[in-house]
Amino acid sequence: MTDQAYNFAYLDEQTKRMIRRAILKGIAVPGYQVPFASREMPMPYGWGTGGVQVTATCLTPDDTLKVIDQGADDTTNAVSIRKFFQRTAGVAVTEVTEEATIIQTRHRIPETALKAGQILVYQVPIPEPLRFLEPRETETRKMHELEEYGLMHVKLYEDIARHGTIATSYAYPVKVEGRYVMDPSPIPKFDNPKLSDNPAIQLFGAGREQRIYALPPHTHVVSLDFDDHPFVASKAAHDCDLCGAGDSYLDEVITDDQGGRMFVCSDTDFCRGRREAGHMGRLGTPLTEAAE
Amino acid sequence: MTAHDRTLSDRPLFQVQGLSKYYGNRIGCADVSFDLYPGEVLGIVGESGSGKSTLLSCLAGHMTPDTARVIFDTALGPRDTVTMGEAERRRMARTDWAFVHQNPRDGLRMGVSAGCNVGERLMAIGARHYGDIRDQAIDWLGRVEIAADRIDDRPRAFSGGMQQRLQIARNLVTAPRLVFMDEPTGGLDVSVQARLLDLLRGLVREMGLSAIIVTHDLAVVRLLADRLMVMKGGHVVEQGLTDQVLDDPQHAYTQLLVSSVLQV
Repeated sequence: MTDQAYNFAYLDEQTKRMIRRAILKGIAVPGYQVPFASREMPMPYGWGTGGVQVTATCLTPDDTLKVIDQGADDTTNAVSIRKFFQRTAGVAVTEVTEEATIIQTRHRIPETALKAGQILVYQVPIPEPLRFLEPRETETRKMHELEEYGLMHVKLYEDIARHGTIATSYAYPVKVEGRYVMDPSPIPKFDNPKLSDNPAIQLFGAGREQRIYALPPHTHVVSLDFDDHPFVASKAAHDCDLCGAGDSYLDEVITDDQGGRMFVCSDTDFCRGRREAGHMGRLGTPLTEAAE
Repeated sequence: MTAHDRTLSDRPLFQVQGLSKYYGNRIGCADVSFDLYPGEVLGIVGESGSGKSTLLSCLAGHMTPDTARVIFDTALGPRDTVTMGEAERRRMARTDWAFVHQNPRDGLRMGVSAGCNVGERLMAIGARHYGDIRDQAIDWLGRVEIAADRIDDRPRAFSGGMQQRLQIARNLVTAPRLVFMDEPTGGLDVSVQARLLDLLRGLVREMGLSAIIVTHDLAVVRLLADRLMVMKGGHVVEQGLTDQVLDDPQHAYTQLLVSSVLQV
């Protein structure tokens, strides 16, 4: 049921205009953080208020929405945001990546390759990749302006000095089209290669920090590294215990207090698709049994 | 001799003409002019509030002077650093220039390891090989007498003297041609001061550095500086060779300054 008290997709049309301008500017300057007048949303900061505003702005009544949280369609954040848009926009929703026209995501890129015409909306907690080394906003802006990105390597150097390898495993900094250094939001670095040359539009919304940035389709994105410590898109060295996939990002699930554990795809839609197609993992559970 | 025959060292590295900086109606420093030649160390002395720090900030580009021509002999020829673009000035500030703060905490990145502090300038100018950066960091820690096994320690774990030496290593790693120092020995006890001065003197001679040292400690300039500028109330009251100024002060204020030093 659509709540008639709200405008379509909750935000008023003037706000959408303002956000669309920010999105267009972001797409015109890939990787550049565009300030926008973030609105208060009926959910707490940190729950994806930036992503929700971007999604609300891009939604049309014909869209099909998919919302994922750490790859899963059925976790709290995903369920509540999906319900929010069902209620305020009445749009169709799906869990199948191929069917969706807009996918709002928290901290993952779907395993299934995206295609032209799709929009991937990221929820971003801290858009400024330089923030933890340079607290002054005036200074970080100046550094972006003048392309002074040595500081990013200071962080990576420190990683190697302390851990012997680049230990940053999520929110791994990238350089966009050889110009802006960008925080890809806290996606695992396993997903970083998917940022580059992606046929979908990728939009990043940070509600509390009031920034929007974007990657237009087929943007060249490079993960930063050292010559003698190259970037590695790491994942757990296992196959999925449910579907047997060896090339998807895995969650580790502790199953008892005796050291029992299982590794499962973090992308639930991808995992179910494979199991429906007859793939089976180490635990050998067919899909029908697990569904009961 | 024509200008054509002149060797490089005959051309000033750094020329300052008519530098003034006012804070509203108050004088920060007024009408300061000098030339600095390659390999030369200039000391600026004066009491607190005499405008020496203002002058240094203006010279190093941290503040914009009200009027001045500040010409630095860059690799591409003499350039006015006041009117050049900010991108170029900042690039110069982390390659050809160095700034040693009085408090090492202002000049160091306290949250990252010593090796990383030394390597930062290298990474800022494009070094992207971890092994090479680390080798250079170890080399420089050695030159400032910090043991190589402290390379992964944070500066917090260092003593004040070590922090100051680390700051110097961090600044000199890109082989700058001009070093600005603001009270480099301030806040250190006398024996540590003596070692630091020894080290600085060695580095300055060995690398052929030009330096501008602001201090109120006459012993520091006696040891390090070739030439001396005495400031009072924002004006330069006397300048000349260090020994000449200190041994035969002409201006009343310089005489006062020299006679105020405690003789132990």
